[in-house]
Amino acid sequence: MIRRPSRRAYAAQWLLLLAVLAVASLIVSDAADNLGRRNMHFGFGFLADRANFDIPFHLVAWVESDSYGRALWVSLLNTLLVSAMAIATATGLGLLIGVMRLSVNWLIRNIALAYVEFVRNTPQLVQIIFWYFAVLQTLPPPRQSILMPGGALLNIRGLYVPAPIMGGSGGLLSLVAGVLLVATPILWRLRRNGHRIGARALILPLAAAGALIAGIERIEFPTPSGFNITGGIQIPPELAALWAGLSIYSAAFIAEIVRSAIEAVPKGQHEAAHSLGLRRAPLLFLIVLPQAIRIMVPQLTSQYLNIIKSSTLGAAVAYPEIFQIFAGTVMNQAGKEVETIVIVMAIFLLINLLFSAFMNWYNQRVALVER
Amino acid sequence: MTMQAPVQVVAPPSGGFEGAGGGGGRIVEWLRRNLFSSVSNTLLTVLVVWLLIEIVPPVFRWTISEASLWGDSKAACTGDGACWTFVRLRLHTFLWGHYPDAELWRVGLAALLLVAFSVPVMRDHVRRRGLYLVLLLTVFPLLAGILLVGGLPGLPYVDTSDWGGLMLDVIISFVTVAGALPLGVLLALGRRSELVVCKYLSIAFIELWRGVPLLTVLFMSAVMVPLFLPHGVSIDRLIRAMVAFTLFNAAYMAETVRGGLQGVPQGQEEAAASLGLGWWQMQLFVTLPQALRIVVPGIVNNIVDLFKDTSLVTIIGLVDLLGAVEQSLKDPAWLGLAKEGYLFTAALFFVCCFAMSSYGRRFERRLNRHRTGAP
Repeated sequence: MIRRPSRRAYAAQWLLLLAVLAVASLIVSDAADNLGRRNMHFGFGFLADRANFDIPFHLVAWVESDSYGRALWVSLLNTLLVSAMAIATATGLGLLIGVMRLSVNWLIRNIALAYVEFVRNTPQLVQIIFWYFAVLQTLPPPRQSILMPGGALLNIRGLYVPAPIMGGSGGLLSLVAGVLLVATPILWRLRRNGHRIGARALILPLAAAGALIAGIERIEFPTPSGFNITGGIQIPPELAALWAGLSIYSAAFIAEIVRSAIEAVPKGQHEAAHSLGLRRAPLLFLIVLPQAIRIMVPQLTSQYLNIIKSSTLGAAVAYPEIFQIFAGTVMNQAGKEVETIVIVMAIFLLINLLFSAFMNWYNQRVALVER
Repeated sequence: MTMQAPVQVVAPPSGGFEGAGGGGGRIVEWLRRNLFSSVSNTLLTVLVVWLLIEIVPPVFRWTISEASLWGDSKAACTGDGACWTFVRLRLHTFLWGHYPDAELWRVGLAALLLVAFSVPVMRDHVRRRGLYLVLLLTVFPLLAGILLVGGLPGLPYVDTSDWGGLMLDVIISFVTVAGALPLGVLLALGRRSELVVCKYLSIAFIELWRGVPLLTVLFMSAVMVPLFLPHGVSIDRLIRAMVAFTLFNAAYMAETVRGGLQGVPQGQEEAAASLGLGWWQMQLFVTLPQALRIVVPGIVNNIVDLFKDTSLVTIIGLVDLLGAVEQSLKDPAWLGLAKEGYLFTAALFFVCCFAMSSYGRRFERRLNRHRTGAP
């Protein structure tokens, strides 16, 4: 090929490598020197030390005498929780707004446009801080909670949603529900009488939901008692603010992704479908969406990655996610700056790697085979 | 005026009848098409109009009609509306932080220089646009840096910890763009290179910086970089943050530029090689001009994103616009005005970012005006 590099360039690249390695070793030696000066030693043994601090919101059990390693696990779960919640709501909201952008109705189209333009041109940190300080922190105290539809209570301590309490066979029914959910994609692909089972397999998730509902013994509604609220699941305001901020911001970007993907489907497809007599709904689901999804998925995946990375902004509203707890509290207490940052960066790089691998697999699978 | 024919034989494109009611006919037709075209559409319109009637008047009352703007302190904020007095009195801090009052003329002069250096780059028919761009990205930061920092006779020294407010956001963004754009281009070229070392170093750099959150990077610059420096050497916190920002955004720019490089037809490089152009000449005169032209919207998006991301420096202690607002809100004299403060911050960022992206769209249209049809 014509782009064969010259001999001089070929030799120069090894000089470049040498230079990079030299700078790297300089940095490492300076770091070792500085660490030695402060009488600190590089090592991950601190992960077994006692934490001695409390994490206000934890999905698994946590006491102050747990180790730093367990603090890492707890805060990682918090990060994944808020990311999963935000991904779910952002996708739903983004799909809705994206479709609204393509609506025939002028009002709806421009309301969606205003939403997208305002949210995209404002920093995400400002939005999250706004939701926390300007909205959630101005809510009334528990005694004057606002009653939300469905029996939930909203006050300055958080959002209290009614909690379903599972009966005795709850564990078994949850297992059954899980198995049914996992079996759904497998059943979807199976062929019977020459046809794929396809959408009829959706009966399985319905059955799973039915099993879960059957296992519910009673619903515990949150009720004010004294100065506090008893019962129900508490969603702390930090989580709610971070969730709202992440979802609303990402929904605007997802809306644009959805809109441009749907618009990228060639007009000829619409016209051919019309000429075959397809009406709006089958046209959307059979013709437009399958082609649009192929364009959407890589962009959606990188948007989801952005959500996961932006969850670190929870540090600004004191949500105990991995940056706040591990690169904040643990680092300050244990003094192990290099190790903690290395661990946090390694975790994010690993998540990045997983998502990239999925994207590559998906792209290869749906790549258009051209003649 | 002649008498109108009772029946139109050919309907005019606007769909309405010509004549005295022509304008009204067009409006009715527009309404019918856009708002009331079908039953579901009509229902949606009714729902939306009802929602607007419920929401807009209270918002308007809070923001404008019952809001207070004049006065000297929070006590002047009578009424139920927003207390914009807070914003008006603290505007000074929000815009330039704690920059000494007597030296504000330097900030104004730097802003004027920015405009002066930028105008040649952005005009329509410029022959040496590249040269003016290089001047903007090298000579201007030098001049502005000297102006703002001072330390010379006649220019008293102003420590960077006194810089703040929106001015700090603009400074950080500008320096970041000046550094990240060239570096990003180099990285994108390196990623496509046939040289193994360049290729894998570029890939490693790009994937590393794109895979970690910006907050971690900033935190690293604030906390860890002093560890990596030789003993006794210390770099100003603002400069560290700007370097971290530049490296981070260089990776994103590299990905954007890579998309552009992939969009340049291969025949261009083949033709350049057949004319005897070396690799660097080929990139500089043939590939890059076309590639950058393709991804101007992507680069503008990157610039807007990095301008928004400068608000993250509050978390490492630098007082930009968001930091200044947060500081002012902690002042006991101004408690409870979080809504006003953060809405003002959002509005200011919105105005800047919207202006930038609108300008970017116009710039892209102007650049591509020579193209007649599809690319």
